[in-house]
Amino acid sequence: MNVVDVSRWQFGITTVYHFIFVPLTIGLAPLIAVMQTIWVATDNVAWYRLTKFFGKLFLINFALGVATGIVQEFQFGMNWSEYSRFVGDVFGAPLAMEGLAAFFFESTFLGLWIFGWSRLPRLVHLACIWIVAVAVNLSAFFIIAANSFMQHPVGAHYNPTTKRAELESISTLFTNNTGLAAFGHTVTASLLTGGTFIAAVSSWWIVRSHSQTENGDARSIYRPATILGCWVALAATVALFFSGDAQGKLMFHQQPMKMASAESLCDTQTDPEFSILTVGRQNNCDSLTRVIEVPYVLPFLAKGRFHDVTLQGVRDIQRDDQQRFGAGDYRPNLFVTYWSFRAMIGFLLFPVLFALTALWLTRGGRIPNGRWFSRLALLTLPTPILASSAGWVFTEMGRQPWIVAPNPTGDPKVHLVVADGVSHHAPVMVVISLVTFTLIYAVLAVIWFWLLKRYVVEGPQEHDAEPAAPAPPGADEVAPLSFAY
Amino acid sequence: MALHDVWFGLLAVLFLGFLILEGFDFGVGMLMEPIARMGSGDREPRRRAVLNTIGPVWDGNEVWLLTAGGAMFAAFPGMYATVFSSLYLPLLAILFGMIVRAVSIEWRGKVDDPKWRGWADFGIAAGSWLPAVLWGVAFAILVRGLPVDAEHQVNLSVTDVLSAYTLLGGLATCGLFLLYGAIFVALKTSGSVHDDAFRVAVRLSLPVTVLVAGFGIWTQLAHGKAWTWLVLGVAVVAQLATVALVFTRRHEGWAFLCSAVVITAVVVLLFGAMYPNLVPSTLDPRWSVTVSNASSSAYTLKIMTWAAAIFAPLVVAYQSWTYWVFRQRISADQIPPSIGLARRTP
Repeated sequence: MNVVDVSRWQFGITTVYHFIFVPLTIGLAPLIAVMQTIWVATDNVAWYRLTKFFGKLFLINFALGVATGIVQEFQFGMNWSEYSRFVGDVFGAPLAMEGLAAFFFESTFLGLWIFGWSRLPRLVHLACIWIVAVAVNLSAFFIIAANSFMQHPVGAHYNPTTKRAELESISTLFTNNTGLAAFGHTVTASLLTGGTFIAAVSSWWIVRSHSQTENGDARSIYRPATILGCWVALAATVALFFSGDAQGKLMFHQQPMKMASAESLCDTQTDPEFSILTVGRQNNCDSLTRVIEVPYVLPFLAKGRFHDVTLQGVRDIQRDDQQRFGAGDYRPNLFVTYWSFRAMIGFLLFPVLFALTALWLTRGGRIPNGRWFSRLALLTLPTPILASSAGWVFTEMGRQPWIVAPNPTGDPKVHLVVADGVSHHAPVMVVISLVTFTLIYAVLAVIWFWLLKRYVVEGPQEHDAEPAAPAPPGADEVAPLSFAY
Repeated sequence: MALHDVWFGLLAVLFLGFLILEGFDFGVGMLMEPIARMGSGDREPRRRAVLNTIGPVWDGNEVWLLTAGGAMFAAFPGMYATVFSSLYLPLLAILFGMIVRAVSIEWRGKVDDPKWRGWADFGIAAGSWLPAVLWGVAFAILVRGLPVDAEHQVNLSVTDVLSAYTLLGGLATCGLFLLYGAIFVALKTSGSVHDDAFRVAVRLSLPVTVLVAGFGIWTQLAHGKAWTWLVLGVAVVAQLATVALVFTRRHEGWAFLCSAVVITAVVVLLFGAMYPNLVPSTLDPRWSVTVSNASSSAYTLKIMTWAAAIFAPLVVAYQSWTYWVFRQRISADQIPPSIGLARRTP
C-alpha cells in the first residue's frame, strides 16, 4: 500500500462524507429563512411551526457538517503538506477568508438564532437566520474558489526561487470562470437538495396526517411546504442545467482529458455522439464497446452547436501531455469518470419527476393520500445528495493525476501531480487516521440518520405549536430559559 | 518591520482569541460532571446549567481556531505544512476530540434518555480534556523545536513529542483552562452551581499556580528572551491576583479578567520565545522554519492584512454583542425540562 493511495482514500472519504451534510445546510438555511419571513410577515402560525420543524432537522444536520468540516481544513497540512507548500501562497487566502468573512458569521448568528427565540426582537431574530443563510453560501464561494484553483489555476505564477505558485491577483482568483460556474452549480445543487428535502418530508406527512384524520395539518402546513419545496427544486434544476452546461463548456476547453474520459471518447473525432451506455472489459480504451449513442448532444455540450465540432480523444491528449509534461500516465480512471458523470445526471431525474408529480397531485387545493406517493417521497429524498456526491467524485477523480491541473492558457509551470503533493509519511500512519476517521464517521452517520428519522416521524412538536411570548423585562433572573441544551 | 512580522503577531492574536474563548469552553466541558456531582439533589439540571453557560457561544468561539489554522496556511504555508504533517498523531487526537465534542453538545438534548445523555456527556468531557492537554503539549513542542532538516522535513521520534517539558506544558494549559472555566461558570451562574464553581476554583487555584509557574519559568529559562521576563512577571502577578480574588469568593468578574490576562501572558511568552522562528530546528538552527523563510509572498500578506483589518474588528464586535445578549446568569432552577424525544416512537 502506498501513501498516495491511502491519502487519496482518506481525502475522498472525508470529503464526500462532509458533502452529505453541506448541501443540506446550504439549501435549507435560506428556505428556513423564507419560512420564518413568511411567518413574521403574515403572522400565520403554520409557517412558525414549519420553521421550528425544519429548523430542528437543520440543526441536527448542521452539527455534523461543522464537525466534519474541521477535518477538511487540517488535512491539507497533515496529508498533503507538499501540496500545501506549493500552493499555500494562493490556496490559503480563500480558506482564511472563509473563516473570517463567512464561518464566524454563520456560527455566531446561528447560536443567536437557536437561543434567541424569545430573547431577541422578532425582526432581529429573523435577521440572524438570514445572516446564517447568506454566510453559508459565502462559505461555499470561498471554498469553491480554492477548489477551482486546483481545476483551473488562474491569478498566480510560478516563482522559481521559492519553487511554488504565488498569488498575482486575488480578484482574478475570485473571478475564475471555472469557480463562478462551479459556485453556481454547487449552490443550485444545494437548493435542489434543500427543496427536495422539504418537499419529500412534507409530502410524506401529507399522506400520514391524512390517514390520521385528526387535524387539518395536511392542508394548512404540509401542502404549502410541499409546494414551496417543489418549486424550489424545479427552479434549482433549471439553474443546474445552465450552470452545469457552462461548467461543461469550460471543462472541454480547460480540462479536455476530464471530459474525454467522461465521454469515454478514446480517439479524436469530429461530431462524436453522446454515449448513454458504453461497456468495457478493462478500465481502459482498448476494450470499449459503445452500446447506445445519441447524435448532436456531445457537440452541443462542448461548443454549443450541433456540427463541425472536433473533440480530442483520450489517446491523443495522453500523447500531447507526455510531450508537454514528460513521461507519465495522464489519464484519469475512465470507469469512475464515465459513470459518476452519468450518475450525477441520472439522480437528478428523481427530484424533477417527484416535484412535477407532487405539484400535479396538490393542484387546486387537492390533498393526495396514496401510500405510493409517500413512498415515492422517501425514495426521492436522498437522490439530490447522491447526485452531488457523484458530481464531486466526477470532478475530483476526473482531475487525476493532477492535484493542480495545468491551465492551457496560464503559467505553464503552475501544476502539480497528486503524487508530488502528498506528505512524506509512513503509510501506516495515514492508515491509522483513515481507519479512525472512517470508524467514527460511520458511527456518527448512523446516529445522524436515526436522529433525523426520529424527528421527521415525530413531526412538529406540541411545544412549538405557538410562539412563546417575549420575556417581560426583569424576569431574566427567575424565568425558565426559553431554550437550553 | 516587514509584513511577515506583523502576521506573526496576527497569528498570535488569532490563537490568543481561540485560547481565551475556547479556554473556558474546555473548562466548562471538563467541569460539567464534577460540578454536577458536588451538590445534593438532581444532577441533570446542574449539568445543563453548566453546559448552557457556553450554549449560544461555543461554536463561534471554535471558529477562532479554524481561522487561526486558515491564517497559518495563508500567511505561513511553510509552517502549516511542517507543523501539521509532523505533529500528525497529536493533531489527529485533537480533531477526534473536537468532532466528538461538537456533536455531543448539539445532540445531547435531542433525546430524552439518561443513557443517551451519558454518552453525550462522555463525548463532551473527552472532547474537552483531550484538546485542553494537547494544545499545551503542541505549543511546548513548537517552542522546544523539532528535528527539522534542510528541506523542512521532520523525522519525528517519540522523545520530540513526549518529554518532561511538553508534558508540563499540557498539564499547565489543562490546569489553566480548568481554573479559568470554573471562574467562568461562577461568573455565568447563580445559586448553588455558582457557589460550587467557586469551591472548585478555590481548590484548583494553588496546584494550577504551581503548574503554570513551573511551565512559565522553564519556558523563560530555556527559550525566553530578555523582554519576556516582563511577560512572565505579568503572568505571575495576574495569577496571584486571580488566586486572591477566587479566595474572596466574590468579584468573579475581576477574577475572570485576571485569569484571561494570565492566558494572554502565557501565549505572548510562548510566541515571544519562538520568534523569529516558527518551528526551531533541533538539528541545526540554520534549518529552522522562520517567519521569513516560511511566509507567503508580500502580495498575499498584503491582501490578508486587508481582510483581517476589515473583518476581525467586525467579528469582535458582533461576538461581544452575543455575550451581551446572553449576559444573564443561569441557575439550575431555570433549566427547562428536556424537550428531547423519547428514544422510541411512542
